[in-house]
Order: sequence, then structure tokens, then C-alpha cells
Amino acid sequence: MKDLIVKCFNISKSYGNIKALTDINLNIEKGELFGLIGPDGAGKTTLFRIMASLILADSGSAFVDNLDVVKDYKALRRHIGYMPGRFSLYQDLTVEENLIFFAKIFNTSIKENYHLIENIYKHIEPFKNRMAGKLSGGMKQKLALSCALIHKPSVLFLDEPTTGVDPVSRKEFWEILGKLKAQGITIIASTPYMDEANLCDRIALIQHGKILSVETPQKITAAYGKKLYRINAADNFALLTQLRGNPEVASCLLFGGYLHVTFKNDADTSIPNLEITEPSVEDCFIELMTKSND
Amino acid sequence: MIKYLIEKEFKQIFRNLIIPKIIVALPLMAMLVFPWAANHEIKNINVDIVDNDHSAYSKRLINKIAASSYFVLSCVSSDNAEALKNVESGQTDIILEIQPDFEKHLTVERIANVMISANGVNGMKGILSASYMSGIVDEFASELNSEQISTAANRPTINVVPHNLFNVFMDYKVFMLPALIVMLLTVICGFLPALNIVSEKESGTIEQINVTPVGKFAFIISKLIPYWLIGFFVLNFCLILIALVYGLTPAGNIFTIYFFSAVYILAVSGIGLVISNYSENMQQSMFTIFFFIIVMILMSGLFTPVASMPQWAQNITIINPLKYFIQVMRMIFLKGSAPPHLTEQFATLCCFALIFNIWAVLSYRKCK
Repeated sequence: MKDLIVKCFNISKSYGNIKALTDINLNIEKGELFGLIGPDGAGKTTLFRIMASLILADSGSAFVDNLDVVKDYKALRRHIGYMPGRFSLYQDLTVEENLIFFAKIFNTSIKENYHLIENIYKHIEPFKNRMAGKLSGGMKQKLALSCALIHKPSVLFLDEPTTGVDPVSRKEFWEILGKLKAQGITIIASTPYMDEANLCDRIALIQHGKILSVETPQKITAAYGKKLYRINAADNFALLTQLRGNPEVASCLLFGGYLHVTFKNDADTSIPNLEITEPSVEDCFIELMTKSND
Repeated sequence: MIKYLIEKEFKQIFRNLIIPKIIVALPLMAMLVFPWAANHEIKNINVDIVDNDHSAYSKRLINKIAASSYFVLSCVSSDNAEALKNVESGQTDIILEIQPDFEKHLTVERIANVMISANGVNGMKGILSASYMSGIVDEFASELNSEQISTAANRPTINVVPHNLFNVFMDYKVFMLPALIVMLLTVICGFLPALNIVSEKESGTIEQINVTPVGKFAFIISKLIPYWLIGFFVLNFCLILIALVYGLTPAGNIFTIYFFSAVYILAVSGIGLVISNYSENMQQSMFTIFFFIIVMILMSGLFTPVASMPQWAQNITIINPLKYFIQVMRMIFLKGSAPPHLTEQFATLCCFALIFNIWAVLSYRKCK
């Protein structure tokens, strides 16, 4: 077993009557690109904020890089980079000023760690005299990532880094994360997009403040117990209602241009154009979700 | 580290489109316009005279009133009812009614009555104009007395000649200007810090700062120092304006003023920061600081003397830092007081500065 860099033991947190997290246990290995996948309100941000020492858990403990997030929070902050879901750099400072500012308050300089951010920063360097508030969404994310990296953290927490970013920039962003991983930085990213899950080494599916499963994306999809079929028609919606009315059909859900169908027993061969398909992480997630709701 | 935090604050302040302009415009407005507008002297009082006597004496009295710089003889009515109508319609502020046989009573009985009725809707104006009017009537009476002194027995008269210490001409501006500087420092150094931390909360930048090694103390200091410097700029700007425009220079030592201002700015900025820490958004913080500043200004003795407030209100002013600094500024400016006379105020202001800033550091929470 590899070294564990993040360890969470029985973490619970509630806001008033709302239980945001219940008994979270999570281990993340050094050098992993770890994904925290779940819908809005699942508790992803709360977990991130606890791990980044921004809020206190009601119970349980967490260690990042062998530092207790409560007791050693001061030392911890030099070891982590945190990128909140909302753009939170100074919009009235320029790109370069933001980067210099964050380098300086970590007592380092851009020069010292330029190799870490070079790949990212070169995209925004032509705009270094522009106010950070006037950048496009994708560029803002790149700047935020540069600022989170400038002090050479050993763990990077990225809270929904691709929300609100166009598909091309999203793809680019994940490529950048891959390169950072190659430099030995552990990356923990959360996302509501299931397609991004396949790009992670391991993922945790989280729902209603509980972790449903922690596995590699391959193992998660392999664990999908049923045969999955796909089908499409000119009017997918009419087909959806029709199939859901079929007593043999266990579930029928719309995925992009196709309907994903599972059956209670064997496939109903009377349905035309039905073809077998590989389950995606999203299929597994929905299955796990329905199970846990039962 | 603090150096970079402060540098960042200044960049943000100067890039703001409005704040630097207000920092300059507010002292100009306060120093050049307010002293003229906020003036307790009342002039151009419209007077209506009901003369029931039409004698030489009554004419003399009327002429005397018309010659005064306070009164404008707006009309002469035949009876009191008519004059009251003029008050109702707003043409007249005060009525002087002279009784019939005014002259006869004066010469024979040496006592005559006049009636002064003032419009009390604006209480301050009513009281002042009535007292100006009775002043003129008194003056008229003593004039008559001295004229008759040769005929009557030698009657001893006492002339009271008031001499106003420290502000010889009772110039209202001289009294207001030092206090207006205090008001300005309160508004600028109270509001800006109050909005600062909360704006970092609103824009989310505080999240990013919170995961850095920047400590509470460094963070609060980096917020205090810029406003402290801005406060000093405003103070100097005001002192120069006052000297140039009104020719008023502090009677006391200017360094005493600097010394007290340094402590005072820390105290008000501290209040602003505490409010900022407890507020979740700009609206809350704006409203809260507005509430405190209004209460502080009204209960400071800026416009109305603290000594004339009821006791319970005077007790409230004990916790008003503005009151102490206004006292200090007026004492230094007008009386030329030196630090030994101001130890009580100094100790109190120091307490305020310490309490609020420690509170600001403690209430700034990184972990919730």
C-alpha cells in the first residue's frame, strides 16, 4: 500500500438540522488524482473546507500530509493549495499582481516555483496586465490554479474547478491536472460532471453527505451488476414514457442522445434497435443512489 | 508579509473609482460649506410691528429695530389679529406689539409694556429672535434712562460688558471647524474599514486568504494601517484648508493634535473593523456603521453641548469616543491646551483604541 496523504476518520458536520456530512472515512494516496463526484448539495464543498482547515468538523478527525487539520492548521496551510468553487482572487488586481501577491504572502517568489505553473501560466501570460476580474471563465480558473500552486503545495484541493467553464477549457484543464500529477502533486478535485470521473485515478461517489463507493472508475463500472442496453429514437421522450410503462423494464434513463435501459429479468427482445452497451460512471452512480435511497 | 498586504490594500483603494475622490471631496465640503450652513446665528428675521401708540418714542424704537442687522421690517399691521395672519402665511417670524400710550406711560410712570410674540415652529429660531428683540428693547430702555439721568436723581446703572474667552467674537465657525475635522475623521476612518473586510467576504477573496499562513493579527494590522495613513492625510488637508480659508490655526501645539488623532483614528477604525467582522454582507455592515456614527455624532456635543443633555443622555455619552476627541480638538484649537490638561481624554481614547482593536483581532475568525 502506498503512503496515505489524506486521512479522514468518521467526519460528521451539520448545519443546524441539516446533516451535511455523516461519518465520512476517506483515504487518499500520495500522487493520486482523486475525484469527488456527486450532485450539488452532496457535501463536497463542506468536506473540502474541512480538509483545507476552513471549517471545523462536528466530530471525527482529518490529517493532511500527516498534519491534523485542527491542531496543526498553521503548518498545514503551507502544504496545501486550495481553489474554492467561486473565483476568489482579487478582481481589482492584475493577473501578475495576484500571482506576486500570493507568492509573497507564502514567502516565495514566482521565479522559485515557475516550473510548476509554467504550463498553465503561459496561457494567461499575454494578459498579465489585465485585471483578474476582466478575464474569461477559463482564464480565471487557470489563474486561480497558478495562485494555488505558487507555493508548491503537496496537496491541491480543487472545488468544482470546471463548473461554468466551456467544454474545450474543461478538457484542457484536466490535461493540465494530468501534467501536475506527473510532477508528484496529489490532486483532489470535486465535480458534478460524471464524464470527468473517468479522468481520475480513483473516485469517491458522494450523495447526501455519505460516501457511496471509493474505487477506480474501471472497478466501479465493472461492479455494475446488470446488463445495460441502449436505444434511441426520433422522439426519445415518447419512447421513454413507453418503456417506463413496460413491466419488464427496471429502469430507463435519458443519457445524451440515448436511453439507457435495464430489465428486471432478461431483455425484452420485442423492443427494436436495442443494443448492449458498457455502463458509464453515471449509470453506476444512479444505481448506487437508488440503492441507498431504498 | 504585512508589507505586501498593505501594498495590496493601497492598490485596491487607489483603483477604486469613487473612494479616492470622496476622500478629497468630503474634507472640501466639510471645511468650506458646512461651517456656513451649520450656523446657529440667525439673521434676516421678518418682524411685524403693531404700533398702537404712534408716538415719537415708538417711532424711535421701530427705527432701532429696523436698523439692527438681525431684523427686517417686513410689514406694519394695524392690530394683533392682522399680524398673526402674517405669521400664519409665513411672511412674519416675530411680532412686536406696542401698547397704546406707550410714550405717556414711559414718561409718567416710567414703565411701559411691549409684547413680543415669536413663531415657535422652528424653536431655535423663535427663541433666538425673541431674545434678540428683547435685547434691543432693553438697550432702548437704558438709552432712555441715560438721557433722563440729568433730570432724575443720580440712579446707579450697571453696564454688563461680556468678554468671551478663547473665541472673542463668538464666531460660530471657530467653534465648529475643529469639531467638523473630528466628524470627518470618524466618517472616513469608520466607514471604509467597516466595508473593507466584509467586501472581501462578499467577493470570496477571504477564502483564499484564509488558506494562507497570514495570521489574524497581520491581517487586521494590514487593514488598519492604510486607514490610519488616510486619516492623517485628511487631517492635514483640513488643517491647511482651515488656515488658508479662515486664517484659523490651532492655539495649541500641532503635534498634540497629531498625537491625539493617531489614537482616535485607531479607535474608530477598530469600531469599523469589529462591525465588518460581524457582518455578512455590505448592506448589514453599512447600515450598522451608519447607525453608530449617527448616534455618535448626535451625542458628541458637536452641535448641542453635552452639558445641556439630560443626565441619562450624558451617561450614554461616556462611551462615545467622538465626544472626547471633540473636547480635545476644541481645547487645543481654541484654548491651546497642552497634554497635561488632556490626560483624562487621552486615557479614555487609548482605552477605546485598545478595546476595539483587540476585539477586532479576536472576532476575526478563520475557522468557523
